[in-house]
Amino acid sequence: MTTLKDQACIVGVGESAYTRGSGQTVLRLVLEASRHAIADAGLAVQDIDAFVLPGYFVFQEALAANLGIENLRYSAMIQMGGASPVTALQSAAMAIATGVAKNVLIPFGWNGYSEARVSRRERPDAAAPPRENAMSQAVRNYYAPYGALAPVQYYAWLATRHRELYGTTDEEMAQVALTCRAHAQHNPRAYMYGRPMTLEQYLESPMMATPFRILDCCLETDGACAVVLTSPERARDLRHDPVYIMGVAEGHPYPADDIPNRPDFFKIGLSFAAPHAYEMAGVTAQDMDFAQIYDCFTYVVMLQLEALGFCGPGEARDFVKDGRLRVDGDLPINTHGGLHSEAHVWGHNHVVEATRQLRHEAALQVEDCELGLVTGWGDFGDGSLAILRR
Amino acid sequence: MSSYTKPLPRGEEYNGEFYNFCKQHELRFQRCSDCQTWRHMPRESCRNCGSFAWTWERSEGKGNIFSWSVIHRALHPGFADEIPYAVVLIELDEGVRLVSHVVGLDIADLEIGLPVEVVFEDVTPETTLHKFRPRPK
Repeated sequence: MTTLKDQACIVGVGESAYTRGSGQTVLRLVLEASRHAIADAGLAVQDIDAFVLPGYFVFQEALAANLGIENLRYSAMIQMGGASPVTALQSAAMAIATGVAKNVLIPFGWNGYSEARVSRRERPDAAAPPRENAMSQAVRNYYAPYGALAPVQYYAWLATRHRELYGTTDEEMAQVALTCRAHAQHNPRAYMYGRPMTLEQYLESPMMATPFRILDCCLETDGACAVVLTSPERARDLRHDPVYIMGVAEGHPYPADDIPNRPDFFKIGLSFAAPHAYEMAGVTAQDMDFAQIYDCFTYVVMLQLEALGFCGPGEARDFVKDGRLRVDGDLPINTHGGLHSEAHVWGHNHVVEATRQLRHEAALQVEDCELGLVTGWGDFGDGSLAILRR
Repeated sequence: MSSYTKPLPRGEEYNGEFYNFCKQHELRFQRCSDCQTWRHMPRESCRNCGSFAWTWERSEGKGNIFSWSVIHRALHPGFADEIPYAVVLIELDEGVRLVSHVVGLDIADLEIGLPVEVVFEDVTPETTLHKFRPRPK
Protein backbone atom coordinates (compact mmCIF):
# COMPACT_ATOMS: atom_id res chain seq x y z
CA MET A 1 0.00 0.00 0.00
CA THR A 2 1.20 3.50 -0.79
CA THR A 3 1.49 5.74 2.25
CA LEU A 4 2.59 9.32 2.74
CA LYS A 5 5.89 8.21 4.28
CA ASP A 6 8.76 10.34 2.94
CA GLN A 7 6.63 11.67 0.08
CA ALA A 8 6.95 15.32 1.07
CA CYS A 9 9.49 17.54 2.83
CA ILE A 10 9.37 20.79 4.71
CA VAL A 11 11.85 23.05 2.91
CA GLY A 12 10.98 26.53 4.12
CA VAL A 13 9.92 28.14 7.39
CA GLY A 14 9.21 31.71 8.37
CA GLU A 15 7.39 33.88 10.83
CA SER A 16 6.38 37.42 11.70
CA ALA A 17 7.32 39.02 14.98
CA TYR A 18 5.35 37.70 17.98
CA THR A 19 3.76 40.63 19.81
CA ARG A 20 0.82 41.87 21.80
CA GLY A 21 -0.47 44.49 19.44
CA SER A 22 0.81 43.88 15.91
CA GLY A 23 -0.93 46.99 14.58
CA GLN A 24 -1.34 45.06 11.33
CA THR A 25 -4.03 43.05 9.62
CA VAL A 26 -3.88 39.29 9.93
CA LEU A 27 -3.45 39.11 6.16
CA ARG A 28 -0.37 41.34 6.36
CA LEU A 29 1.16 39.16 9.09
CA VAL A 30 0.43 36.03 7.07
CA LEU A 31 1.94 37.51 3.91
CA GLU A 32 5.08 38.49 5.78
CA ALA A 33 5.53 35.01 7.26
CA SER A 34 4.74 33.42 3.88
CA ARG A 35 7.33 35.46 2.01
CA HIS A 36 9.94 34.60 4.65
CA ALA A 37 9.14 30.90 4.35
CA ILE A 38 9.24 30.92 0.54
CA ALA A 39 12.55 32.80 0.55
CA ASP A 40 13.92 30.45 3.21
CA ALA A 41 13.12 27.54 0.90
CA GLY A 42 14.95 29.16 -1.97
CA LEU A 43 11.83 29.10 -4.12
CA ALA A 44 10.23 31.93 -6.06
CA VAL A 45 6.76 33.01 -4.99
CA GLN A 46 5.49 31.90 -8.40
CA ASP A 47 6.60 28.34 -7.62
CA ILE A 48 3.87 28.04 -4.98
CA ASP A 49 0.89 26.29 -6.58
CA ALA A 50 -1.14 25.26 -3.54
CA PHE A 51 -2.30 26.50 -0.13
CA VAL A 52 -3.48 24.54 2.84
CA LEU A 53 -4.99 26.99 5.29
CA PRO A 54 -5.39 26.08 8.96
CA GLY A 55 -8.37 27.89 10.46
CA TYR A 56 -10.41 30.68 8.96
CA PHE A 57 -8.45 33.90 9.40
CA VAL A 58 -7.38 34.43 5.80
CA PHE A 59 -8.96 33.51 2.49
CA GLN A 60 -7.09 31.82 -0.33
CA GLU A 61 -8.30 34.39 -2.87
CA ALA A 62 -6.77 37.27 -0.94
CA LEU A 63 -3.58 35.33 -0.32
CA ALA A 64 -3.12 34.47 -4.01
CA ALA A 65 -3.97 38.02 -5.09
CA ASN A 66 -1.42 39.55 -2.73
CA LEU A 67 1.32 37.05 -3.54
CA GLY A 68 0.72 37.26 -7.29
CA ILE A 69 0.11 33.54 -7.68
CA GLU A 70 -1.81 33.30 -10.94
CA ASN A 71 -2.02 29.52 -11.27
CA LEU A 72 -3.24 28.15 -7.96
CA ARG A 73 -3.87 24.43 -8.50
CA TYR A 74 -5.10 23.39 -5.07
CA SER A 75 -6.44 25.08 -1.96
CA ALA A 76 -7.98 23.59 1.17
CA MET A 77 -8.98 24.80 4.61
CA ILE A 78 -8.58 22.68 7.74
CA GLN A 79 -11.06 23.20 10.56
CA MET A 80 -9.65 21.45 13.62
CA GLY A 81 -8.77 24.47 15.73
CA GLY A 82 -5.23 24.17 17.04
CA ALA A 83 -4.87 20.72 15.52
CA SER A 84 -5.16 22.28 12.04
CA PRO A 85 -1.52 23.19 11.31
CA VAL A 86 -0.23 19.63 11.78
CA THR A 87 -3.25 18.22 9.93
CA ALA A 88 -2.41 20.66 7.13
CA LEU A 89 0.93 18.85 6.73
CA GLN A 90 -1.07 15.72 5.94
CA SER A 91 -3.15 17.48 3.27
CA ALA A 92 -0.05 19.07 1.78
CA ALA A 93 1.74 15.72 1.65
CA MET A 94 -1.28 14.15 -0.06
CA ALA A 95 -1.34 16.89 -2.68
CA ILE A 96 2.39 16.50 -3.38
CA ALA A 97 2.39 12.69 -3.34
CA THR A 98 -0.44 12.55 -5.87
CA GLY A 99 0.95 15.22 -8.15
CA VAL A 100 -1.97 17.55 -7.54
CA ALA A 101 0.49 20.24 -6.53
CA LYS A 102 4.24 20.73 -6.48
CA ASN A 103 5.01 23.35 -3.83
CA VAL A 104 2.54 23.89 -1.02
CA LEU A 105 2.39 26.87 1.30
CA ILE A 106 0.85 26.43 4.77
CA PRO A 107 0.46 29.84 6.43
CA PHE A 108 -1.26 30.67 9.69
CA GLY A 109 -1.67 33.95 11.52
CA TRP A 110 -4.00 35.82 13.82
CA ASN A 111 -4.16 38.76 16.15
CA GLY A 112 -4.75 36.44 19.10
CA TYR A 113 -4.16 39.23 21.58
CA SER A 114 -5.35 42.44 19.97
CA GLU A 115 -8.46 41.02 18.27
CA ALA A 116 -9.32 37.58 19.59
CA ARG A 117 -8.70 37.48 23.34
CA VAL A 118 -10.80 34.89 25.11
CA SER A 119 -11.88 37.32 27.82
CA ARG A 120 -13.37 39.66 25.22
CA ARG A 121 -15.24 37.15 23.12
CA GLU A 122 -18.28 36.85 25.35
CA ARG A 123 -18.83 40.50 26.12
CA PRO A 124 -22.37 41.56 25.38
CA ASP A 125 -20.97 44.51 23.41
CA ALA A 126 -18.55 42.37 21.38
CA ALA A 127 -18.40 43.55 17.79
CA ALA A 128 -19.06 40.16 16.27
CA PRO A 129 -20.28 36.90 17.79
CA PRO A 130 -17.85 33.98 17.78
CA ARG A 131 -18.02 31.78 14.70
CA GLU A 132 -20.70 29.17 15.01
CA ASN A 133 -19.72 25.52 14.56
CA ALA A 134 -20.56 22.17 16.17
CA MET A 135 -18.47 22.97 19.22
CA SER A 136 -19.80 26.47 19.74
CA GLN A 137 -23.35 25.11 19.50
CA ALA A 138 -22.62 22.65 22.31
CA VAL A 139 -21.14 25.46 24.37
CA ARG A 140 -24.04 27.78 23.65
CA ASN A 141 -26.80 25.30 24.47
CA TYR A 142 -25.30 23.06 27.14
CA TYR A 143 -22.12 24.50 28.69
CA ALA A 144 -22.44 28.29 28.73
CA PRO A 145 -25.72 28.42 30.69
CA TYR A 146 -23.72 26.84 33.53
CA GLY A 147 -20.73 29.15 33.16
CA ALA A 148 -18.34 27.09 31.03
CA LEU A 149 -17.58 29.20 27.96
CA ALA A 150 -13.91 28.83 27.14
CA PRO A 151 -11.33 26.07 26.72
CA VAL A 152 -9.68 26.79 30.08
CA GLN A 153 -13.04 26.03 31.68
CA TYR A 154 -14.14 22.95 29.76
CA TYR A 155 -10.76 21.25 29.24
CA ALA A 156 -10.52 21.55 33.03
CA TRP A 157 -13.07 18.70 33.32
CA LEU A 158 -10.51 16.36 31.71
CA ALA A 159 -7.75 17.57 34.00
CA THR A 160 -9.83 17.41 37.20
CA ARG A 161 -10.95 13.83 36.66
CA HIS A 162 -7.46 12.70 35.66
CA ARG A 163 -5.96 14.39 38.72
CA GLU A 164 -8.55 12.90 41.03
CA LEU A 165 -8.01 9.41 39.64
CA TYR A 166 -4.22 9.50 39.54
CA GLY A 167 -3.25 12.01 42.21
CA THR A 168 -1.35 14.53 40.07
CA THR A 169 0.00 17.47 42.08
CA ASP A 170 0.33 21.15 41.24
CA GLU A 171 4.11 20.79 41.32
CA GLU A 172 3.93 18.06 38.68
CA MET A 173 1.72 20.17 36.40
CA ALA A 174 4.17 23.03 36.89
CA GLN A 175 6.95 21.06 35.21
CA VAL A 176 5.37 21.65 31.80
CA ALA A 177 5.07 25.41 32.32
CA LEU A 178 8.55 25.72 33.86
CA THR A 179 10.11 23.74 31.02
CA CYS A 180 8.54 25.94 28.35
CA ARG A 181 9.57 29.11 30.14
CA ALA A 182 13.14 27.91 30.70
CA HIS A 183 13.50 26.98 27.02
CA ALA A 184 12.16 30.37 25.93
CA GLN A 185 15.05 32.05 27.72
CA HIS A 186 17.27 30.86 24.84
CA ASN A 187 14.94 32.10 22.08
CA PRO A 188 14.98 35.82 21.30
CA ARG A 189 11.77 35.42 19.25
CA ALA A 190 9.89 34.22 22.33
CA TYR A 191 7.45 36.60 23.97
CA MET A 192 8.72 35.46 27.38
CA TYR A 193 12.42 35.80 26.43
CA GLY A 194 14.18 37.53 29.29
CA ARG A 195 11.37 36.72 31.73
CA PRO A 196 12.28 33.54 33.60
CA MET A 197 9.80 31.92 35.99
CA THR A 198 10.10 30.09 39.29
CA LEU A 199 7.93 27.39 40.82
CA GLU A 200 6.90 29.91 43.47
CA GLN A 201 5.68 32.34 40.83
CA TYR A 202 3.73 29.53 39.21
CA LEU A 203 2.09 28.49 42.49
CA GLU A 204 1.23 32.08 43.38
CA SER A 205 -0.35 32.89 40.02
CA PRO A 206 -4.13 33.39 40.10
CA MET A 207 -6.45 30.44 39.67
CA MET A 208 -8.57 30.59 36.50
CA ALA A 209 -10.55 27.35 36.49
CA THR A 210 -9.33 24.54 38.72
CA PRO A 211 -6.89 22.97 38.29
CA PHE A 212 -5.61 25.66 35.91
CA ARG A 213 -3.79 28.71 37.19
CA ILE A 214 -3.04 31.48 34.75
CA LEU A 215 0.49 30.07 34.37
CA ASP A 216 -1.00 26.73 33.27
CA CYS A 217 -2.39 28.60 30.26
CA CYS A 218 -0.79 29.47 26.95
CA LEU A 219 -0.08 33.04 25.92
CA GLU A 220 -2.38 35.21 23.87
CA THR A 221 -0.27 36.84 21.17
CA ASP A 222 -0.40 38.32 17.67
CA GLY A 223 1.69 36.69 14.98
CA ALA A 224 1.98 34.44 11.97
CA CYS A 225 4.16 31.67 10.69
CA ALA A 226 4.37 29.67 7.50
CA VAL A 227 5.98 26.55 6.11
CA VAL A 228 6.61 25.38 2.54
CA LEU A 229 6.52 21.75 1.45
CA THR A 230 7.71 20.10 -1.73
CA SER A 231 8.69 16.69 -3.07
CA PRO A 232 11.96 15.00 -2.05
CA GLU A 233 13.15 15.31 -5.67
CA ARG A 234 12.59 19.07 -5.78
CA ALA A 235 14.01 19.45 -2.27
CA ARG A 236 17.44 18.18 -3.31
CA ASP A 237 18.61 21.43 -4.87
CA LEU A 238 16.93 23.86 -2.48
CA ARG A 239 18.66 25.93 0.19
CA HIS A 240 18.29 23.75 3.26
CA ASP A 241 18.49 20.07 4.03
CA PRO A 242 14.92 18.82 3.71
CA VAL A 243 12.91 17.68 6.70
CA TYR A 244 10.91 14.58 5.73
CA ILE A 245 7.39 13.82 6.82
CA MET A 246 7.78 10.18 7.88
CA GLY A 247 4.35 9.78 9.37
CA VAL A 248 1.33 12.01 9.74
CA ALA A 249 -2.25 11.52 10.93
CA GLU A 250 -5.23 13.32 12.35
CA GLY A 251 -7.62 11.97 14.95
CA HIS A 252 -10.93 12.93 16.50
CA PRO A 253 -12.31 12.04 19.90
CA TYR A 254 -15.72 10.38 19.91
CA PRO A 255 -18.00 12.22 19.94
CA ALA A 256 -15.91 15.19 18.84
CA ASP A 257 -18.60 17.80 19.53
CA ASP A 258 -19.30 17.00 23.20
CA ILE A 259 -16.68 16.50 25.90
CA PRO A 260 -18.77 14.94 28.70
CA ASN A 261 -20.32 12.05 26.76
CA ARG A 262 -17.17 10.20 25.71
CA PRO A 263 -17.21 6.52 26.61
CA ASP A 264 -13.50 6.70 27.47
CA PHE A 265 -13.03 10.19 28.85
CA PHE A 266 -9.29 10.27 28.19
CA LYS A 267 -9.37 8.93 24.64
CA ILE A 268 -8.48 12.14 22.81
CA GLY A 269 -7.97 12.79 19.11
CA LEU A 270 -4.28 12.03 19.45
CA SER A 271 -5.12 8.58 20.88
CA PHE A 272 -6.54 7.76 17.45
CA ALA A 273 -3.89 9.59 15.40
CA ALA A 274 -0.75 8.28 17.12
CA PRO A 275 -0.94 4.59 16.08
CA HIS A 276 -1.51 5.59 12.45
CA ALA A 277 1.42 8.01 12.36
CA TYR A 278 3.81 5.63 14.13
CA GLU A 279 2.85 2.77 11.82
CA MET A 280 3.35 4.92 8.74
CA ALA A 281 6.75 6.08 9.96
CA GLY A 282 7.82 2.66 11.23
CA VAL A 283 9.04 4.11 14.51
CA THR A 284 7.89 4.30 18.12
CA ALA A 285 7.66 7.00 20.75
CA GLN A 286 10.90 5.75 22.25
CA ASP A 287 12.78 6.64 19.04
CA MET A 288 12.02 10.37 19.35
CA ASP A 289 14.82 12.84 20.03
CA PHE A 290 12.33 15.59 20.87
CA ALA A 291 8.60 16.35 20.94
CA GLN A 292 6.94 19.68 20.20
CA ILE A 293 3.64 19.19 22.01
CA TYR A 294 0.63 21.49 21.67
CA ASP A 295 0.60 23.24 25.03
CA CYS A 296 -2.60 25.22 25.29
CA PHE A 297 -2.67 24.09 28.94
CA THR A 298 -0.15 22.18 31.04
CA TYR A 299 -2.45 19.23 31.64
CA VAL A 300 -3.25 18.91 27.96
CA VAL A 301 0.45 18.21 27.42
CA MET A 302 0.31 15.52 30.10
CA LEU A 303 -2.71 13.86 28.49
CA GLN A 304 -0.88 13.90 25.15
CA LEU A 305 2.27 12.33 26.64
CA GLU A 306 0.08 9.39 27.63
CA ALA A 307 -1.75 9.26 24.29
CA LEU A 308 1.60 9.32 22.47
CA GLY A 309 2.79 6.28 24.40
CA PHE A 310 5.67 7.95 26.23
CA CYS A 311 4.09 6.60 29.40
CA GLY A 312 0.98 4.70 30.43
CA PRO A 313 -2.37 6.04 31.63
CA GLY A 314 -1.90 7.99 34.85
CA GLU A 315 1.89 7.96 34.55
CA ALA A 316 2.43 11.44 33.09
CA ARG A 317 2.75 12.88 36.59
CA ASP A 318 5.93 10.86 37.11
CA PHE A 319 7.13 11.16 33.53
CA VAL A 320 7.38 14.96 33.66
CA LYS A 321 9.66 14.93 36.72
CA ASP A 322 13.42 15.04 37.10
CA GLY A 323 14.01 17.37 34.17
CA ARG A 324 12.99 14.76 31.64
CA LEU A 325 11.30 17.39 29.45
CA ARG A 326 14.29 19.76 29.45
CA VAL A 327 16.58 20.18 26.46
CA ASP A 328 19.16 17.90 28.07
CA GLY A 329 16.56 15.41 29.34
CA ASP A 330 15.30 12.16 27.84
CA LEU A 331 12.46 13.87 25.97
CA PRO A 332 12.97 17.58 25.34
CA ILE A 333 9.64 19.28 24.64
CA ASN A 334 8.81 22.71 23.23
CA THR A 335 12.39 23.80 22.77
CA HIS A 336 11.24 27.19 21.45
CA GLY A 337 9.10 27.87 24.53
CA GLY A 338 5.84 26.60 23.08
CA LEU A 339 2.49 28.33 23.21
CA HIS A 340 3.26 28.98 26.87
CA SER A 341 6.35 31.09 26.36
CA GLU A 342 7.17 31.67 22.68
CA ALA A 343 3.79 32.61 21.20
CA HIS A 344 0.33 31.22 20.52
CA VAL A 345 0.30 30.69 16.78
CA TRP A 346 -2.05 27.67 16.90
CA GLY A 347 0.99 25.40 17.16
CA HIS A 348 2.26 26.27 13.70
CA ASN A 349 5.30 27.63 15.54
CA HIS A 350 5.84 24.06 16.82
CA VAL A 351 6.11 22.90 13.20
CA VAL A 352 8.60 25.69 12.48
CA GLU A 353 10.64 24.77 15.56
CA ALA A 354 10.68 21.05 14.76
CA THR A 355 12.00 21.90 11.30
CA ARG A 356 14.77 24.10 12.71
CA GLN A 357 15.73 21.39 15.20
CA LEU A 358 16.09 18.82 12.44
CA ARG A 359 18.13 21.26 10.36
CA HIS A 360 20.33 21.69 13.46
CA GLU A 361 19.81 25.45 13.43
CA ALA A 362 17.56 25.93 16.47
CA ALA A 363 18.19 28.63 19.04
CA LEU A 364 18.27 25.91 21.71
CA GLN A 365 19.49 22.87 19.83
CA VAL A 366 18.81 19.26 20.85
CA GLU A 367 22.21 17.76 20.17
CA ASP A 368 22.46 15.47 17.15
CA CYS A 369 18.71 15.07 16.82
CA GLU A 370 17.55 12.96 13.88
CA LEU A 371 13.87 12.35 14.58
CA GLY A 372 11.13 14.25 16.34
CA LEU A 373 7.41 14.74 16.52
CA VAL A 374 4.92 17.60 16.51
CA THR A 375 1.37 17.41 17.85
CA GLY A 376 -1.70 19.54 17.42
CA TRP A 377 -4.74 19.84 19.70
CA GLY A 378 -7.86 21.81 18.95
CA ASP A 379 -11.58 22.33 19.42
CA PHE A 380 -12.81 19.73 21.95
CA GLY A 381 -9.66 17.60 21.75
CA ASP A 382 -9.13 16.97 18.05
CA GLY A 383 -5.57 15.81 17.57
CA SER A 384 -2.87 15.53 14.96
CA LEU A 385 0.64 14.13 14.85
CA ALA A 386 3.54 14.47 12.45
CA ILE A 387 6.74 12.47 12.75
CA LEU A 388 9.64 14.27 11.10
CA ARG A 389 13.23 13.29 10.30
CA ARG A 390 16.37 14.80 8.82
CA MET B 1 -37.53 42.71 31.56
CA SER B 2 -35.57 39.99 33.27
CA SER B 3 -32.54 40.89 35.34
CA TYR B 4 -31.01 37.50 34.53
CA THR B 5 -27.75 38.26 32.72
CA LYS B 6 -26.16 34.84 32.28
CA PRO B 7 -26.13 33.17 28.86
CA LEU B 8 -29.26 31.20 28.05
CA PRO B 9 -29.58 28.22 25.72
CA ARG B 10 -30.76 29.13 22.24
CA GLY B 11 -33.59 26.66 22.45
CA GLU B 12 -33.83 25.75 18.80
CA GLU B 13 -34.94 22.39 17.37
CA TYR B 14 -34.21 19.40 19.62
CA ASN B 15 -32.34 21.63 22.06
CA GLY B 16 -35.50 23.66 22.50
CA GLU B 17 -37.49 20.50 23.17
CA PHE B 18 -34.95 19.41 25.80
CA TYR B 19 -35.29 22.72 27.62
CA ASN B 20 -39.07 22.75 27.21
CA PHE B 21 -39.16 19.56 29.25
CA CYS B 22 -36.91 21.22 31.84
CA LYS B 23 -39.49 23.99 32.01
CA GLN B 24 -42.03 21.34 32.96
CA HIS B 25 -39.50 20.12 35.57
CA GLU B 26 -38.86 16.95 33.67
CA LEU B 27 -35.41 15.71 32.69
CA ARG B 28 -35.84 13.86 29.42
CA PHE B 29 -33.32 12.50 26.96
CA GLN B 30 -33.62 10.93 23.56
CA ARG B 31 -33.87 7.17 23.70
CA CYS B 32 -33.67 4.88 20.69
CA SER B 33 -36.96 3.13 20.02
CA ASP B 34 -35.20 0.14 18.49
CA CYS B 35 -32.22 -0.63 20.73
CA GLN B 36 -33.21 1.46 23.79
CA THR B 37 -29.88 3.33 23.91
CA TRP B 38 -30.09 6.69 25.71
CA ARG B 39 -28.31 9.69 24.26
CA HIS B 40 -27.34 13.28 24.97
CA MET B 41 -26.74 15.78 23.35
CA PRO B 42 -29.73 15.36 21.01
CA ARG B 43 -28.91 13.60 17.73
CA GLU B 44 -30.79 12.63 14.59
CA SER B 45 -29.89 8.94 14.76
CA CYS B 46 -28.72 6.26 17.15
CA ARG B 47 -24.97 5.73 17.37
CA ASN B 48 -25.55 2.14 18.40
CA CYS B 49 -27.96 0.81 15.77
CA GLY B 50 -28.47 3.66 13.31
CA SER B 51 -32.20 3.94 13.91
CA PHE B 52 -33.96 7.22 13.26
CA ALA B 53 -36.77 6.22 15.65
CA TRP B 54 -36.61 7.70 19.12
CA THR B 55 -38.68 9.24 21.88
CA TRP B 56 -38.06 11.74 24.66
CA GLU B 57 -37.88 9.45 27.67
CA ARG B 58 -37.93 10.64 31.24
CA SER B 59 -34.80 10.14 33.31
CA GLU B 60 -34.99 9.12 36.95
CA GLY B 61 -32.73 12.15 37.50
CA LYS B 62 -30.29 10.24 39.67
CA GLY B 63 -26.58 10.07 39.08
CA ASN B 64 -23.12 10.75 40.36
CA ILE B 65 -20.51 13.46 40.06
CA PHE B 66 -18.13 12.62 37.20
CA SER B 67 -15.84 15.67 37.08
CA TRP B 68 -15.86 19.43 37.59
CA SER B 69 -13.99 22.70 37.44
CA VAL B 70 -14.20 25.50 39.96
CA ILE B 71 -14.27 28.77 38.06
CA HIS B 72 -12.36 31.60 39.71
CA ARG B 73 -12.39 34.03 36.81
CA ALA B 74 -15.68 34.66 35.07
CA LEU B 75 -15.32 34.88 31.31
CA HIS B 76 -18.87 36.18 31.00
CA PRO B 77 -19.96 39.21 33.01
CA GLY B 78 -23.16 37.42 34.05
CA PHE B 79 -21.10 35.11 36.27
CA ALA B 80 -18.93 37.81 37.84
CA ASP B 81 -20.90 37.80 41.09
CA GLU B 82 -20.90 34.01 41.34
CA ILE B 83 -17.18 33.26 41.52
CA PRO B 84 -15.96 30.89 42.68
CA TYR B 85 -18.54 28.50 41.25
CA ALA B 86 -18.29 24.87 40.17
CA VAL B 87 -19.34 23.61 36.74
CA VAL B 88 -19.99 19.93 37.35
CA LEU B 89 -20.32 16.91 35.05
CA ILE B 90 -23.03 14.53 36.19
CA GLU B 91 -23.19 10.91 35.04
CA LEU B 92 -26.81 9.81 35.18
CA ASP B 93 -27.87 6.26 35.94
CA GLU B 94 -29.17 6.04 32.36
CA GLY B 95 -25.58 6.48 31.16
CA VAL B 96 -25.65 9.98 29.69
CA ARG B 97 -23.57 12.82 31.11
CA LEU B 98 -24.64 16.43 31.63
CA VAL B 99 -23.01 19.74 32.39
CA SER B 100 -24.80 21.23 35.40
CA HIS B 101 -24.50 22.81 38.82
CA VAL B 102 -24.73 21.09 42.18
CA VAL B 103 -26.62 23.14 44.76
CA GLY B 104 -26.28 22.64 48.49
CA LEU B 105 -22.73 21.32 48.28
CA ASP B 106 -19.56 23.15 49.31
CA ILE B 107 -16.89 23.37 46.66
CA ALA B 108 -14.51 21.63 49.04
CA ASP B 109 -16.85 18.64 49.19
CA LEU B 110 -16.90 17.94 45.45
CA GLU B 111 -15.96 14.32 44.94
CA ILE B 112 -16.03 11.85 42.07
CA GLY B 113 -18.92 9.44 42.54
CA LEU B 114 -20.88 11.62 44.96
CA PRO B 115 -24.58 10.72 44.51
CA VAL B 116 -26.84 13.52 43.27
CA GLU B 117 -30.39 13.99 42.06
CA VAL B 118 -31.95 16.50 39.72
CA VAL B 119 -33.73 19.69 40.80
CA PHE B 120 -34.98 22.51 38.60
CA GLU B 121 -34.45 26.24 38.76
CA ASP B 122 -36.73 28.59 36.86
CA VAL B 123 -34.12 31.21 35.99
CA THR B 124 -36.38 33.34 33.77
CA PRO B 125 -40.08 33.15 32.95
CA GLU B 126 -39.10 31.32 29.73
CA THR B 127 -36.17 29.19 30.80
CA THR B 128 -35.64 26.52 33.42
CA LEU B 129 -32.24 24.94 34.05
CA HIS B 130 -31.65 21.49 35.52
CA LYS B 131 -29.40 21.44 38.55
CA PHE B 132 -28.48 18.72 41.01
CA ARG B 133 -28.27 18.31 44.75
CA PRO B 134 -26.63 15.67 46.93
CA ARG B 135 -28.80 12.65 47.69
CA PRO B 136 -28.37 9.86 50.23
CA LYS B 137 -26.39 6.86 48.95
